[in-house]
Amino acid sequence: MEIQATRKPPKVQTSIFIWLKDNLFSTWYNSIFTLFGLYILYLVLPPIFQWAILDAVWTGEDRLVCEWYDENKRKERAGACWLYIKVWLNFFTYGFYPDELQWRVNLTLLILVVSVALFFIPNFKKKHYVGIFLFVAYPIIAFFLLHGNEQLGLENVKTHKWGGAFLTVLLGLIGIIFALPLGIVLALGRRSKLPVVKALSIMFIEFWRGIPLITVLFFAAVMFPLFVPQGVEIDNLLRCIVGLTIFGGAYMAEVVRGGLQALPKGQYEAAQSIGLGYWRMMSLVIMPQALRIVIPGIVNTFIGLFKDTTLVSIISLMDLLLTVFTSMSNPDWMGFPFEGYIFAATGFFIFCFALSRYSLSVEKKLMVSHHK
Amino acid sequence: MNTNTQIIKAPKEDIFKSGKFRSFVVQSIVMILVISFIAWVVNNTATNMTANGIAHGFDFLWETSWFDIGYLPFIEHTNSHTYFNAFLVGLLNTVLVAVLGIFFATILGFLIGVGRLSDNWIISRFCGSYIEVLRNIPLLLQIFFWYHAVLRILPRAKSSINFSDSFFLNLKGLFIPKPIPETGFNAILFIGIISILCIIFLNIWAKRRQNITGKQFPIYSTSFTIFIIPVFIVSFLYNHPLSWEQPVLKGFNFKGGFRLIPELLALLLALSLYTASFIAENVRSGILAISKGQKEAAAAVGLKPGQVLRLIVIPQAMRVIIPPLTSQYLNLTKNSSLAVAIAYPDLVHVFAGTALMQTGQAVEILAITMSVYLSLSLTISLLMNWYNSAMALKDR
Repeated sequence: MEIQATRKPPKVQTSIFIWLKDNLFSTWYNSIFTLFGLYILYLVLPPIFQWAILDAVWTGEDRLVCEWYDENKRKERAGACWLYIKVWLNFFTYGFYPDELQWRVNLTLLILVVSVALFFIPNFKKKHYVGIFLFVAYPIIAFFLLHGNEQLGLENVKTHKWGGAFLTVLLGLIGIIFALPLGIVLALGRRSKLPVVKALSIMFIEFWRGIPLITVLFFAAVMFPLFVPQGVEIDNLLRCIVGLTIFGGAYMAEVVRGGLQALPKGQYEAAQSIGLGYWRMMSLVIMPQALRIVIPGIVNTFIGLFKDTTLVSIISLMDLLLTVFTSMSNPDWMGFPFEGYIFAATGFFIFCFALSRYSLSVEKKLMVSHHK
Repeated sequence: MNTNTQIIKAPKEDIFKSGKFRSFVVQSIVMILVISFIAWVVNNTATNMTANGIAHGFDFLWETSWFDIGYLPFIEHTNSHTYFNAFLVGLLNTVLVAVLGIFFATILGFLIGVGRLSDNWIISRFCGSYIEVLRNIPLLLQIFFWYHAVLRILPRAKSSINFSDSFFLNLKGLFIPKPIPETGFNAILFIGIISILCIIFLNIWAKRRQNITGKQFPIYSTSFTIFIIPVFIVSFLYNHPLSWEQPVLKGFNFKGGFRLIPELLALLLALSLYTASFIAENVRSGILAISKGQKEAAAAVGLKPGQVLRLIVIPQAMRVIIPPLTSQYLNLTKNSSLAVAIAYPDLVHVFAGTALMQTGQAVEILAITMSVYLSLSLTISLLMNWYNSAMALKDR
């Protein structure tokens, strides 16, 4: 009998040329695509790099650094004028919030960042206290800090002075803090066995999901004052927040409903069999599981809501977009729309992209634990 | 004696603890709360409206509106027309931007979605970054970017960007040739419709024959011939009765042709580029949802690669793609209301903006505007549910 020689495993080929051949030049049409793509990049990237980095103006006093008139009285322009962003940065961040009181905004944000960070400490046992703090106590503290209270010795700052990135973040956060509970209630209502509750929830959800946000905001701006008794003034920002919350809540409800439907019936039956009533079953057994399944959906809805907060600029709340837009109509700094919009877009992109990566990683983790 | 025949009676049901009673009470309370809230709101609104002297009712629709609308591709509106006419103009402009946006977004979205799955590293990375960048930036910001930044650096009319002497792009918008039907054009339309009817019947017949006999019929090439040849013959007989009116530079502006205003261009660019990034993701997940086994099984029963794609992959991928695709179309239509931010005369701008400011009848105008969008959404979701149940896999 012949003993077969054991064959060695094929060598793993990992040279750069192999990679190039596999990924860029595997077939003749792939090679054409690659060359075409490289050509486009060659056409687009160098000018952008030149404009945004090499020719850009970073320091200086006024706009004359960024543009001047040559001897033929023609306007000359260097690259991007990042000086413009630098000059307006405070306005873009805080709007008209008084300079000497801006520490209050920073403090509010700091408390938030610290308490959210606590969530991510792996072995921290008292996470539910942090959750309760975030959803109950924090909004009250934030209100007193931002709006001020004479008795506490904090100067009042009217909401029409709030603005910039601060207002955008605020609207997004309020959206999530209030829209999530509303969404949970609506989702439970939609799954309820009581026909009246169910019908009302469906009508409510489908109505707000069926109309564009801008009409919701118009509705909030124009109709809310008509709905309340005469003499009652509702703050413009508050109207907007109510509109955003209802709108976000309707979308959140559908996400939560997805989680409720995804749970196997056995969970409900098991909870009932050990004698839990409706509310205890929901709060102790069903919701914790359902909400965990839909974390990605919740985060995605939040991203959508966060992007949608830009719409408040149409009813003239000074959010990040409107502060950028306003700075462009300043006669001293007209003519830098690209810089302004690129700045705002970068801000939104970093925030939304990071969140969407987070939601993706949660999704992957959930998929792994489901397959166990 | 009946001591040992005592029957244990069922415990008397306490009516106040029964589930039915409780659900009745809960529902009544909810009902009362909702109704009294609505009554409170209606009452407040009525009081406020009388106090502020705001008229009510829908009579204002037939009154003359005292404003002009600048851009009217379809019907006319000057300051002597009614508010109802303004409503129609706004609605048509919304439909125009929505239809064009859906068209471009679909094409681009499918291309990017397929490109994302390409073996080619550069193409796939390019499509990936397109998707990530575009969908993580707010749409309104993108609209502003196109309108206030990009379209503002276009040249004046005299030095327009010229595409083959028929398309001109400048600060005033994009000028494209306009089709002018001449005598005999109706005949072509007529012949075209008849050919399409013939093709439909031919398809039904071919499918039935295939079901019975298993014989295939070269349906695509025949349909193409049936459509092209008669239309071409009639067109030739009438000496090509469709001409194009070219835009021509007269003085400081272009005359003739069809003008797409910058507002429309910016809105269209932003809406289609933004929505395309979402459609691309739907397309990608739809294609990925088909298991490799499907393609291998199809190849094993002897289908050619083209047939595998046409008969196995695409029908199944479409089943996954179409539901989220429709909701993207719906989103695009609803997002077209952002037109108000750059004053493109759509429904929200013309009706819920200008007309509302002039008449002050906020309740009626917002009710009409909302119900337009609402009926659109509900119709589409009804169609979607119907489609889903028709297309869902039928387990036997």
